[in-house]
Amino acid sequence: MNLIILSAVWGLIMMYGGVVSKRKSTPKILAIVGISILLITNLLEYYNLFAIHVDVKGMLKFTPFGLVFNSIVLLSMLFYFLLSTEDFDKVGAYPSEYYALIFFVLCGIGLASSFDTLLMLFLGIEIISIPLYILAGSDKKNLKSNEASLKYFLMGSFSTGVMLMGIAFLYGATGTFYIDAMNLGTGHLQPMVAIGIVLLMIALAFKVSAAPFHFWTPDVYDGSPTVFTSFMATIVKVGGFVAFLRLFDNAFGKMQSEWQTLIAIITAATLLIGNVTAVFQQSVKRMLAYSSIAQAGFMMFAIFALNTFAREGLILYSAAYCIATIGIFAILAKMKDYTFEGFNGLAKSHPALAFMNTVFLLSLAGIPLTAGFFSKYYMLIGAVKNGNQIWLVVFAVLMAAVSAYYYFRVIQAMYFREGNAEVAPVSGRFQTILAVATILVIILGIFPSLLTDLLYY
Amino acid sequence: MDPRNVIVTFPELLLWFPLLSGLIVLLLNKGDKAKNWSLVFSVITLTISVVSFMFTDAKWRPLNQVSYFWLPQIGSSFALMLDGAGRILCFLTAFAYPVIFLTTYKTKYKNPNIFYGLMLLTQSGLIGVFCAMDALVFYFFWELALVPVYFLASIWGGEKRIQATWKFFIYTFTGSLLLLVGIIYVYLHTTNSTFSLFSFYNAHLTAAEQNGIFWLFFVAFAIKMPIFPFHTWQPDTYEQSPSAVTMVLSGIMVKMGVFGLIRWLVPVLPLAVKHFDHVVIGLSVVGMIYASCIAIVQDDLKRLVAYSSIAHIGLMCAAVFSNSESGIQGVLIQMFNHGINIIGIWVVVEMIERQLGTRKISMLGGLAQKSPVLATLLVIVALANIALPLTNAFVGEFLIFNGLFKFSGWYTALAAISIILAAVYTLNMIQKVFYGETNSITVSAKDIGANEAIMLSVIVVAIFVVGVFPKPFFELSNDTVINFLSKLSGGK
Repeated sequence: MNLIILSAVWGLIMMYGGVVSKRKSTPKILAIVGISILLITNLLEYYNLFAIHVDVKGMLKFTPFGLVFNSIVLLSMLFYFLLSTEDFDKVGAYPSEYYALIFFVLCGIGLASSFDTLLMLFLGIEIISIPLYILAGSDKKNLKSNEASLKYFLMGSFSTGVMLMGIAFLYGATGTFYIDAMNLGTGHLQPMVAIGIVLLMIALAFKVSAAPFHFWTPDVYDGSPTVFTSFMATIVKVGGFVAFLRLFDNAFGKMQSEWQTLIAIITAATLLIGNVTAVFQQSVKRMLAYSSIAQAGFMMFAIFALNTFAREGLILYSAAYCIATIGIFAILAKMKDYTFEGFNGLAKSHPALAFMNTVFLLSLAGIPLTAGFFSKYYMLIGAVKNGNQIWLVVFAVLMAAVSAYYYFRVIQAMYFREGNAEVAPVSGRFQTILAVATILVIILGIFPSLLTDLLYY
Repeated sequence: MDPRNVIVTFPELLLWFPLLSGLIVLLLNKGDKAKNWSLVFSVITLTISVVSFMFTDAKWRPLNQVSYFWLPQIGSSFALMLDGAGRILCFLTAFAYPVIFLTTYKTKYKNPNIFYGLMLLTQSGLIGVFCAMDALVFYFFWELALVPVYFLASIWGGEKRIQATWKFFIYTFTGSLLLLVGIIYVYLHTTNSTFSLFSFYNAHLTAAEQNGIFWLFFVAFAIKMPIFPFHTWQPDTYEQSPSAVTMVLSGIMVKMGVFGLIRWLVPVLPLAVKHFDHVVIGLSVVGMIYASCIAIVQDDLKRLVAYSSIAHIGLMCAAVFSNSESGIQGVLIQMFNHGINIIGIWVVVEMIERQLGTRKISMLGGLAQKSPVLATLLVIVALANIALPLTNAFVGEFLIFNGLFKFSGWYTALAAISIILAAVYTLNMIQKVFYGETNSITVSAKDIGANEAIMLSVIVVAIFVVGVFPKPFFELSNDTVINFLSKLSGGK
């Protein structure tokens, strides 16, 4: 509850802070302080030390899983703010608005990780989405940014409609919004329930950009200002996944055999489209957009498997994926040229940046000693344990091999090709924070249990 | 000394020392310092490895195995052990490194600290693969050995290095990931849910399951060895890598694949091994003949040796699947021999290239007149490579053929053809490069320097020692052979 209330309050503070103080550094400091407060209070709630209580009639339920997930999101946000506050100023004249919107998104993520009724799920997803439509179009004079915003808004509204319809069907069939109390019947699904589940699956697949509902992703990610792309591709995406997992685990888990094949198909399609298309990109930013689809394919395994490994895996995957992607985007935002050639020779001019970027890329590719390896490992073991669909697992690892192809293109450009990568001036602080993130990726790559054990506190 | 109160064990020393020294070398300044220090470090590793041979007795067991808690939640512990096969391959790794460093001592690398640092990190990864007693640890090192090699070959390699090493990386990475799926599947069917080697040996798998998983494991190992038709990365990578890296790749790294078969595939999936033995031996034999034929027409020395290596490894792979004592015994000793011999050949190739600036056989000739010492030593190494009696490879290949013959006479006959072909391309190469008239390129050639002559002599001595007196090796590898055969015949 701490996160939901305090993030909404802090969003307001951010908004009025921009009005009261005209100093350029105010919003930055306020944002970093705000995230720190959210992180600390969320941890306090996790350790049962301090929690705001509001009677919500059981519509929200705060589990260790949700709170650990919130902490990961907030820690990633802290990295994100520390690394990219400078880029906020470049987007437009009113950075405090962007910060406020981002805090509202965090409020939505707090709902998504703790909802216990379909209404709260809907509210959470909407609170996440609406600020994003604005953020995508925040570079007002850029045509591509406008296009991204409009496209995102139209497609997003459509998926909202689909989601509402799904909720209505389920309510009609079961007479309740509470996901724990939902009686789906036994044996085969009734048609109304089946339609409801499929519609919700479509709506959530849209939010996490799983194929075949991913079409908006590359254009929106490419058109939005890089700093917000980073936010959308990481925090928002894993927020969508946690809602997805919570809904399908708690409400539809008993009928898993009925819908599992459909999820398997979505997973396979997402992996295929994300990875294969990423191979053909010339711009690193667009490659990262497709790679985020591909990574979503791996995260879909959590919903496919729905077992302990899957839950632990999603926690680990969120951390590994967010930290690495935020790091890569932060470095990308410093580059003058977003194509692969733009990275040529970076290792010579900026060895530290190139090294850290390499660790992040290796983590995304899933090489051992990085957090990415164990997150993929958990997803795979969850899926293998779940039973009969070994083909999907084998297919997934083949696709992971394809992903090495495009991640290593960046490494090749940085280390093996000659060139003068043009980089905006990089401060010592920026490098230090990146170094902390790098070390975190490596530590989680050796001791993933540091994170997964938290679920059983 | 009481073996129970050990402070540090051999596997730990062999693993952590190169890792630590690699990190130290990475931090050194540019210049010759890195080179000299890595030489010193690698000699120390060799010494540790040699000393470990004095403690093979069963009562020294605590010195040879170690296990830390790593991830108890998922049933993995950081378990290392030096058994017979592991000890031989660790020794090969430890022995090869000083030889490689000394013979390439005159080669100048840009950023030598990074080059030598990565080389030592690779060494640590390789030793980790040979000592790992836990499937997840094995997988970790299996991948980790690959990453520094990828950087080594891509930064310091030849003209087409980027494409070649990329192919290499994607190939092996694909294999590794399939291996990971296989490991996970076996893990979920172990009785006590751990990744330890012994619970893998006792996993409950039906014949049908084994047959499926077999290919996940086998493809990974087959790519690494490489076995036809998974070999296409290999000639390009060997050709484009700097010589020191090629030596590591062909001398030691390909043994990871054979070793993987012996330790992780055959004993874990004995039913599938019996089911697919004809397929694998057939592929190996086809690959041997195919690679030998291609080797005959190669003009580039490096490619020639690369293809000959495919043929030799194919023979080892076939023997692993022959289900015979002498076959497996032969493979264990031949892994060591092949490592030594091929490094010897690469040393010669490296010297020729550094001196004359070309590796093309057609542009060379008459080198024996100019550098008689080099020629003599090469002839010995080359004859060892085609397994002439008295040389080390004779012992190994004799046993292998013996084992293969017990399995099937037909395969043996076909495999023997490739040995004849090996004689053809090897002698042809010697004749064209070392005999005949000198030409404008080779006329300026000088004989090799003292330290190179010494290094090659060390290799030649090793060739003869193992060739005449292989008994210690058999004693060492005995435990692995017995264990291997009991798993296979147990056929749960």
